[in-house]
Parts: sequence; C-alpha cells; structure tokens
Amino acid sequence: MTLPAGTDAVRQSLASFRQEREADWKAFEALLARVEKRAPRTLSEDELLSLPLLYRSALSSLSVARATSLDSALIAYLEALCLRGYFYLYGARRGLRQRVGDFFLRDWPAAIRDLWRETWVSVGLTVIGAIAAYWLVASDSRWYDAIIAPSLAGGRNPDSSVETLRNVLYDNGGDHFLSGFAAYLFTHNTQVAILAFALGFAFAVPSVLLILMNGCMLGALFQVYAAKGLGFELGGWLSIHGTTELFAIALAGAAGMRIGTRIAFPGELTRMAAAAQAGRVAATAMVGVMIMLLFAGLLEGIGRQTITSDATRYAIGGGMLALWIAYFYLFRMVRHGNG
Amino acid sequence: MATARNPAALTRPLITPEGVDLRVKLADAGTRAAAFLLDVVIIVAAAVVVTLVVIFGLGGLGVKEAEPLFIVWMIFIFLLRNVYFIAFEAGRRAATPGKRIVGVRVASRSGAGLTIDQVIARNLMREIEVFLPLSIIAARGGAGVADTLSTIFGLVWALLFSLFLLFNRDRLRIGDLLAGTWVVETPKFKLVEDLSQRQDPIAKRFHFSPAQLDAYGIAELHKLEEVLRRDDYFAMKAVAETIGGKIGAKIEPVDSKAFLTAYYGELRAHLERKLLLGNRKADKYAR
Repeated sequence: MTLPAGTDAVRQSLASFRQEREADWKAFEALLARVEKRAPRTLSEDELLSLPLLYRSALSSLSVARATSLDSALIAYLEALCLRGYFYLYGARRGLRQRVGDFFLRDWPAAIRDLWRETWVSVGLTVIGAIAAYWLVASDSRWYDAIIAPSLAGGRNPDSSVETLRNVLYDNGGDHFLSGFAAYLFTHNTQVAILAFALGFAFAVPSVLLILMNGCMLGALFQVYAAKGLGFELGGWLSIHGTTELFAIALAGAAGMRIGTRIAFPGELTRMAAAAQAGRVAATAMVGVMIMLLFAGLLEGIGRQTITSDATRYAIGGGMLALWIAYFYLFRMVRHGNG
Repeated sequence: MATARNPAALTRPLITPEGVDLRVKLADAGTRAAAFLLDVVIIVAAAVVVTLVVIFGLGGLGVKEAEPLFIVWMIFIFLLRNVYFIAFEAGRRAATPGKRIVGVRVASRSGAGLTIDQVIARNLMREIEVFLPLSIIAARGGAGVADTLSTIFGLVWALLFSLFLLFNRDRLRIGDLLAGTWVVETPKFKLVEDLSQRQDPIAKRFHFSPAQLDAYGIAELHKLEEVLRRDDYFAMKAVAETIGGKIGAKIEPVDSKAFLTAYYGELRAHLERKLLLGNRKADKYAR
C-alpha cells in the first residue's frame, strides 16, 4: 500500500477499537440471549456479576463509536445491543411469584382503598337507581318492562303469580347445567365490569349510566317481589352471590370514574400523565374485580340453587361481604425492609 | 403518513441512567397492525384446537361427566382472550408472540421499568377498542337481528379506535395513553464485517487525492456502505459510474466493486479524521 503513513495510522486505531471490544459485545449478546429465554437463576454467579459490567462496556463503546466511527452497521448493532441490555437490566426487576404475592398482599387492597371516594359514589348511584326504579315500578307497573328486558326477566314480571316467583327463588334446579351457567355468568359479568371500567375514559359518563342502570334493575326486581310479600326471600336469593357481585361491579364503575374524572380534572399533572396514573390504579383494581366476579359466578351457579334456606343464604352473603371489606380496608400488610 | 416520509419523526430520546441517549424508534402503524393480526391468528387457532379437543372429549363421555370439562372450556376461552396479551407482555421480553415476530416490544414512556399494572391497563382497554364492537356485531348477527345500521356503527367504532394511533405523534392506542406505555422497535442486528478492513488486491491499485475525497460527506458514505453490503452487481456498477464521473476517474465495469471498496475505505478514513478534528461533514454540500 502506498497510502500516506497518517491515513494508515487512523484506520488502524479505529479498527483496533472494534477488535479490542468485540469479544465483550459478543459475550454480552450471548448472555442476554440466555437470560431472555430462561430465568436469571440459570446463570452462574460470575456471569450474573458480569452482566452489568458488560452492559456498561457496551454503552461506552456506543458512545465512542458514535463520536469516532462512521460505520453505520456497527453503530446500529451497538444501539440495538444496548437497548436490549437496557430493557433487561432496568426492566422487570421481580419474579412472577413475587409479583403475584405482592398483588394479593399489597397492590390489590391498596388500589381499592385508593378508590374509596369513587366507590362511595358508585354505591350511592346503585342505591339511588334502586330506589328510583322501586318507586317508578310501584307507581306504574309498565315501567318494569322498560327497565328489565323481557328476555332477561325470565317470566318474572308484575303479573306473575306468587307461586311462579317463589319457584324461581327456591327451585333447586333439577339439572340445569348449573355450573356451566355459572361460567357463563362469570364471563358475562366480567364483560359488564370491563365496560364500566373501560368506558370511563369518556369523562366517566357511560360508567355512571351503567352503574345507575344496574341499580335500576335491582330496584325494579325488588319491587315486584316486595309487592307479593317476598322481599325478604328475594334478599336472601340475591345476597348469596349478590354482595360479592354488586360490590365488584360498583368497584369497576369506581375505577372507570377515576379515569374519567382524572382526564377531566387532571390537577397539577398534564392530562396525559394524570390519565396514565389513574389508568394504572384502576387496572390493578380491575384485576381484583375479575377475581371477585369469579367467586360470585361460582356462588351464583352452584350455591344459589342448591342452598334454599334463607338464613344460610343471608349468612353466606353477609359473610362474603364482611370478608371483602375486612380484606380491603382493615387488613394492611406490614412490610419490613425497603420492598 | 410521517412514517414513510421521515423515519426520524418516529425516533424518541431514551436517556439511560448512565447518560447515553439510546434513541428508540417507535413501531409504525403497519407493524402494530401486523403484530396484532398475528396474535389474533394465534388466539383463534388455539381456541379452535381446544374446542375440537373438548368436543372429542365430550363424545366419549355422557353429558353429566362432561359438565366440568365444559366449565373449564368456557373459562379457558375467556382467559385466552383476556390473559394472552397480559401474560406475554408482563414477561421478560414484554412482547406477545406476534410482537416478537415483527420485532417490537412494549415499553414505559417514562423510561422506567414496565410494571404489571401498566400492562393490565393497556390490554383491558383493548376490550372496548376492538373486541366489544366486534362481539356486538357477532352476537346480533348470530341472533339474526343484525341490521345494516348497527353493523356500520360497530365497524366505525372499531375503526375509530384502531386508527386512533394514526392521529397522534407517538402512535399511542387509547390503552397506551392510559397505561403510560408505547411500543418501540427492538431490532436484532448481527455484528457484520467492517468494510474498511476488506482485503482486495485490485482495490489497492486505486489512489485518491484529498480533492477527490472531499467530493462526498457522511450521508453519501452511508449510502455507499448500504450498496456495498447489498452486493448487487448492477447497483454497484451504476454507483461506481456516478462516483467516477464526479471525481474524474475512469473505471472498468468489472472493477466496480473493488473501486467502491477502495473509495469507501479512503473516504471513511478521510471523514473520520475530520471527525476527530471536530468537523462532521454531514453531506456533500457541507464544507
């Protein structure tokens, strides 16, 4: 080669930059590929300790390469490698088991407690809806058909005889494919709950309407039974699963309202940041709501038609409600260390 | 779309705690749609397989014995749709199989680690974005009461939400907006050879004067690198002719590759020397 000595020297030094560090990059890439597939437990202690060192070395190589090299393929390689390393090292810091444990011990009750104001509003709306519908149906029984769709009512309407109504409450079902029905109810109720949550972003208006409507249906049904002197019995029939289910739907509505009100009134944060913050609390609450609905579905499908004593029904319903309230509001995990 | 015209429009700074800007690229709408469709295909395939297994399982049993299986099936189908996205995105790679195939992942907009509540929030919103309108149409169609109006309404709803990400700079779905996340590209590149280290006996014959090396800048150097790596004979011939014409050199077509390799090596060394002295010659127009 007849290149001037200076040119050759520059090319040589930049090439040796790559030669010197290439082994580290390859080692880092191989380690990353392993830890992305398997748990970090499979690494030896040395490999585990070398991970952050290799990451920093790759980052420093990237800085040097950007400043001195014009090899775009090399820079693209280092950028992709550093990004992978960054996401791994600063990403998921806890194992799945620990996350699940944290959820039940801390995150879920904390999210529900955080939503206490919206929960009161939601419960209040249900009660208002129920009272309003009770009063409407009592004043004019045609309101009943407007509130509860005939397909949902299942033959229960203001004109039904006492016997029909009683049968619905105490019919022990024969073989109504009960548990399949429970699973169906679970998925159905969960859809309603997800709707109440997800529609909340439209400034909470749809969530409020959904919760109000839910209360209305309750009130209308109650009036029909109360008018025939079956109010107490209906309470038992409903409460066995209803305490769990209605509470869960109220919480879902509360989660939706939180999102809607935070978007409308973001306070000191930007609207986007406020929405993101509310979304995360509400989402945690929603996973809890789905677990509650799973319980409610099981109680409804299996317990409601097989347990026919009013006292037992009230006891189970009240017990479940007490359990949830104790879990959410009274039980606080004391955490030691910095967690 | 901004995507096609200017790739830099989708690059966002991501400054690590070590102070290096990693410049993440947001996934464009087409990639997002492809990933989602792949996931839908996987979910539907899994649902069909499980349903077939359950049907054959039911065939052997009476209705009574089959009942528990039926419950398991109901809950499985429900979980498949609602948990598939959450479980995969909460994993170590923060991507569903569909996202992995197209090379993207979910990341927190703040740059901090992605938490499970963010993943849950962004995926529950999918329920109203896509599944709700479609399931309404399906239900009404199944009951035979689907009129044109409600079908159109459902489709418009679904489209409005799925196209939402085209109407903002950061390509956010409603779910991303509420969860504080975005979807970024995580390409995997192999470490390829350094072109300036290529040994080519013919290339050694070419020499360039400083004036010839000053003809181009960094942008052209990167284009030249692309052409050389693609190794397409006709492209190299055309590029060699253009460069030869500009710097006043005569090149035989068979020597195109050797000429370009030599010019690349010299030009890069020249521009890198300038870089070290604080002069980043961005393109041929820069001094």
